[in-house]
Amino acid sequence: MLSKRIIACLDVRNGQVVKGINFEGLRSAGDPAELARRYNTEGIDELVILDVTATIEARRALADTIARVARELFIPLAVGGGIRSEADAAAAVEAGADKVSLNTAALADPGLVTAVATRYGSQAVLVAIDAKREADGPHRFGVYARSGSTNAGRDAVEWAREAEDRGAGEILLTSIDRDGTRAGFDCELTAAVSAAVSIPVIASGGAGGLDDFVDVFTAGRADAALAASIFHYAETSVRALKQHLRGHGIPVRV
Amino acid sequence: MIALIDYHAGNLTSVRKALATVGAEVVVPTKPEELDAVAGVIVPGVGHFGATRALAGAWTDAILARVGEGRPLLGICLGMQWLYEGSEEAPEVPGLGLLGGQCYRLSGDVKVPHVGWNSLAIQQRTSIVEGVPQDSQVYFTHSYVGPVNGDTIAVTDHGETFAAVVQRGHVAGVQFHPEKSGEIGLRILRNFLELAA
Repeated sequence: MLSKRIIACLDVRNGQVVKGINFEGLRSAGDPAELARRYNTEGIDELVILDVTATIEARRALADTIARVARELFIPLAVGGGIRSEADAAAAVEAGADKVSLNTAALADPGLVTAVATRYGSQAVLVAIDAKREADGPHRFGVYARSGSTNAGRDAVEWAREAEDRGAGEILLTSIDRDGTRAGFDCELTAAVSAAVSIPVIASGGAGGLDDFVDVFTAGRADAALAASIFHYAETSVRALKQHLRGHGIPVRV
Repeated sequence: MIALIDYHAGNLTSVRKALATVGAEVVVPTKPEELDAVAGVIVPGVGHFGATRALAGAWTDAILARVGEGRPLLGICLGMQWLYEGSEEAPEVPGLGLLGGQCYRLSGDVKVPHVGWNSLAIQQRTSIVEGVPQDSQVYFTHSYVGPVNGDTIAVTDHGETFAAVVQRGHVAGVQFHPEKSGEIGLRILRNFLELAA
């Protein structure tokens, strides 16, 4: 049976992981390659490197970071943040990324999804959707661009369907309402998108405790769940999380 | 020297890296004649079966010539599907025909594409799965599959049971990505190198 995936996200700036990290036994806590190795040992299923600076200088540092992480890890590696063109996507793939995550640039030019999918295959294209509940707006879940700062005027479910039609291989769905709150994933949002597409949906935003993952894999119908800080701070080990999921009858790779 | 065939069906960076890690010397030939002296051939690939059209003619002849000489061949993902007679995905494009049957699209009450870690039910113990524990999990990303037949070494379930590992003599194939399947994947690549040694 297909396992539910647990994905760790590393927010990287100038080659260093920037969200607070509190692991014991790491020589340099902010080194992405070292953190990636640690997660791999614990049984993480996949890694996402998110470039949170995306300046020209940082691009070079990013390629170096991707190469250093990819050199020793043999699990899927996705890269996102500031990928604006096919050339940016190509640079990430050439450096060793298996998947690139497209967000703002795909909203501005959905043809970019098709272009990257045609060049590298749909399995290499994640479309990242940052969604927010809109009590008064025209959409139940609105889409936001530019790191959640700009209303894209689109409905998340409808955009996910279009992304699939245009060649996306997976949807990385982040709840802006829940991101950083540790209040649990937005299972209604995740289930709405997951039911609307046949490609896998990775839920993100709000992971706080072990039961949040149980909820998002059952009520949320997620295929994978992504978290950053709860793993970085070592509050929750990947291994303990997987044991918990297994105890709830959720298939995981152990 | 192992030849890694680049027919523009996906990026080869990860496969090259994994092969280097298990100690293989790899060449990516630009002409079919460069296959003459290699110890083994790997056909990777992701995407549409129609992409294998690029292998028709001289490449196919060169690969079959190496197989005829007893050199090992490994197909990965789309490369494994190419080992069969063909695929419903591009019925006009013939496969290599070393394995019997046509590849077909996964169906059933599951999501397609099949993306993620799933387990191997090993049915026959052959060299390509040497040292691979029963129920090992490996990383898949595909929509089409090859039929289960006498050459099937391991199967996986996703809506239905399909061939995850095949082997007939020194010709082998894996539907998953050994280069993305952690230690198990590296073990399978090592097993292939043993065949080529």
